[in-house]
Amino acid sequence: MTIAHRAQMTAAAAPRGQLLLPARQFGTLIGLVALCAVLWILTPHFLTVSNLLNVAEQTSINAIVAVGMTFVILSGGIDLSVGSLVALAGVVLGTGLQSGQPLPLALALALAAGLACGLGNGALISWGGLPPFIVTLGTMSIARGAALLFTEGRPISGFDESFRVLATGRAGFVPAPVVAMAVVYAAAHFVLSRTTFGRYVYAIGGNEEATRLSGVPVRFHKTIIYGVSGLMSATAAVILTARLNSAQPIAGMMYELDAIAATVIGGTSLMGGDGNLGGTLVGALIMGVLRNGLNLLGVSSFLQQIVIGGVIIVAVLLDTVLKRKNRT
Amino acid sequence: MRGIRKEFPGVVALDGVDLELHAGEVHMLLGENGAGKSTLMKILSGAYRKDAGAIRINGQPAEISSPRDALARGIRVIYQELNLVPQLSVAENIFLGATPARWAGVVDWRTLHDRASALLRNLGMTLDPRTPVSRLGLAQRQMVEIARALAAGDATILVMDEPTSSLTSREVAQLFALIERLAARGVAIVYITHRLDEVFRIGRRITVMRDGRHVTMRPIEEVTVPELVRLMANRDLTEHFPKVRIPRGPELLRVERVSRLGALSDISFSLHAGEVLGIAGLLGAGRTELARVLAGADAVDEGRVLVDGGEVRFRGPADAIARGIGLLPEDRKAQGLVAGLTVARNIALPHGRQLARLGVLPRRCEVALAKPIVDELRVKATPTQAVRLLSGGNQQKVVLGKWLAGDVRIFIFDEPTRGVDVGAKVEIYHLMNRLTARGAGIIMISSELPELLGMSDRILVMHRGRIQAEIDGRDATEERVLSAALGLAS
Repeated sequence: MTIAHRAQMTAAAAPRGQLLLPARQFGTLIGLVALCAVLWILTPHFLTVSNLLNVAEQTSINAIVAVGMTFVILSGGIDLSVGSLVALAGVVLGTGLQSGQPLPLALALALAAGLACGLGNGALISWGGLPPFIVTLGTMSIARGAALLFTEGRPISGFDESFRVLATGRAGFVPAPVVAMAVVYAAAHFVLSRTTFGRYVYAIGGNEEATRLSGVPVRFHKTIIYGVSGLMSATAAVILTARLNSAQPIAGMMYELDAIAATVIGGTSLMGGDGNLGGTLVGALIMGVLRNGLNLLGVSSFLQQIVIGGVIIVAVLLDTVLKRKNRT
Repeated sequence: MRGIRKEFPGVVALDGVDLELHAGEVHMLLGENGAGKSTLMKILSGAYRKDAGAIRINGQPAEISSPRDALARGIRVIYQELNLVPQLSVAENIFLGATPARWAGVVDWRTLHDRASALLRNLGMTLDPRTPVSRLGLAQRQMVEIARALAAGDATILVMDEPTSSLTSREVAQLFALIERLAARGVAIVYITHRLDEVFRIGRRITVMRDGRHVTMRPIEEVTVPELVRLMANRDLTEHFPKVRIPRGPELLRVERVSRLGALSDISFSLHAGEVLGIAGLLGAGRTELARVLAGADAVDEGRVLVDGGEVRFRGPADAIARGIGLLPEDRKAQGLVAGLTVARNIALPHGRQLARLGVLPRRCEVALAKPIVDELRVKATPTQAVRLLSGGNQQKVVLGKWLAGDVRIFIFDEPTRGVDVGAKVEIYHLMNRLTARGAGIIMISSELPELLGMSDRILVMHRGRIQAEIDGRDATEERVLSAALGLAS
């Protein structure tokens, strides 16, 4: 009787639910546009081409890390190790370059390091049956420690121009990191929406047991998902190292929280199975625009933290309220 | 206390049921799975609200509209799953939510332990109130649960739902002694069970329910075991089943002496093309466990499974699907569907690898795969609608659709019509006929006896992890199936 009853209720909610879901996706975008409009009124420096490109460039690193985070959260998990993996991959890259390895090899080593750590996370979670929170909390500490140990705590600085062009170069007037961000989002969006792997990411997050009973190798795919997250962290590390002209073992602190915030502001459900990369990109941009705008307005960095925290809570609150209306 | 009468329409779970309890009696409430016993007890305990009828306690009309009302009137329910916090002590569990405290919420341990031991002594239980519940056996936990039920003031009615389902015979004896002490003090006890031996051991009177209706109420001296079985089973077979019998084809599946620790022991049978093999049994008889083993979801400890004459070892559901075995799980929300995905994506979920080229899904390939199936099953939805928004019957069709889309020849249906409306039920029966006509074999687990009798070519009856009886579909009667399911020789 309960099943039939609930089915009736869901059926009754159907027409409203269909209207509200796309509204949720627009909601974040409207938030971003409104934010830009307010900043435009408050300061003339905001809406200039050079400042907007600057925002996009500053956002690119968080936005790329957030791609991996979106995969993980869509599958119903969490990855706290991304910030430390940025540092570790950066250190591998810096060491490679400074020891005179060719650029492609150094890049490949850095990406492989990120990928391998991510796959390690995934394997422990799927085959070890451990909670993602615990596993990635552990690797967060291990990767950070490894980066510090490897460099004895000192940054590796001063790279060749051929490498630094990855951050300073421009395609037309668009900075290279923004190009990288666009390429990563296009590729990741294709994977999520058009490949079997992408389908399984949503299916695992929506109902892991049903997915397993449908014959999907769930453990294998979960491992790959965390591998993607590690790879994204390493990609972000390449851009960060080129921008700073320095690989630092203390880089990427709190990046995991920024990435989670971007994903969640973008409307991806922490329960998994629901969300998309468009939302995450908008979420990352909201955070970037907010930081940039508050800086332009001369708001102290202490106050900035409070504002950003508030935005995260309000965004998720709106989401929850909308979903609750949707359900009952 | 006299004269309870309730109706509960909607899906008509209860239709004019009477239950009369006297102080100090042990009243057995009997009926098949889904007869409405639990619903009736949930109304009594205030968990559900009745739609019609009246409850009278001590001759006075009583309105029970919430669990709080029921508690205030001395009604206590002990459910099949125990609700104790294992890390806390016996005393803490007994007074959970009413822990005696001094100022500022500091627990008054001495009062807590004194009151707990007084209560335990009073009930004749020899338990140390300081023992953590995690160290107790199941029977002792049951006692703690009973003590908790009685701690919150005077109980007049105590409902116990299959309290012995996980107890050993010695523990059962302890429990029965306690029940008799409580009855002697004037507590009216409603005892729900499937075990007929218990009915005659401690019952004073019985009430039999069937299909949400009251069948009979009698003193225990006036009934015999065969009569009881007949009362529980007998029903008018007005429902029509469109069964089409076709000649048996070759053997598709053979199960030889399969065992799984704690769930299945020594199961052997075979399934032929064109056949519907019904599996009957009470809750916990091992039917779902059998389904999961055959679908590769759980491992086999002992024995062999052969598909098309060749032995198979499944490491996971993917292996079973590769050999043409599809499972329609018992709980479609938890195991059958990804509610947030569309109809087409759910149907295509097991077939990703066949649909994709190098991992990339061609545009609209899932809709193309799902469309003919949605049409064939008459799912009232478009392939691009989220499954969450569909009714129970339509959701079930989507789960079926997953297996129609592939090369599945062995279908395992676990409760295929549960929570499904009548129209969709008949459509599912027609689908089963079409599948057997195409040479598939179907294993159908069901708790609905008429459905099993109406649609099966053969029926296996399970009891406590074993096959108790195999009955030809044409000779099967409700009495025969039910006696075997109750563990009586058939």
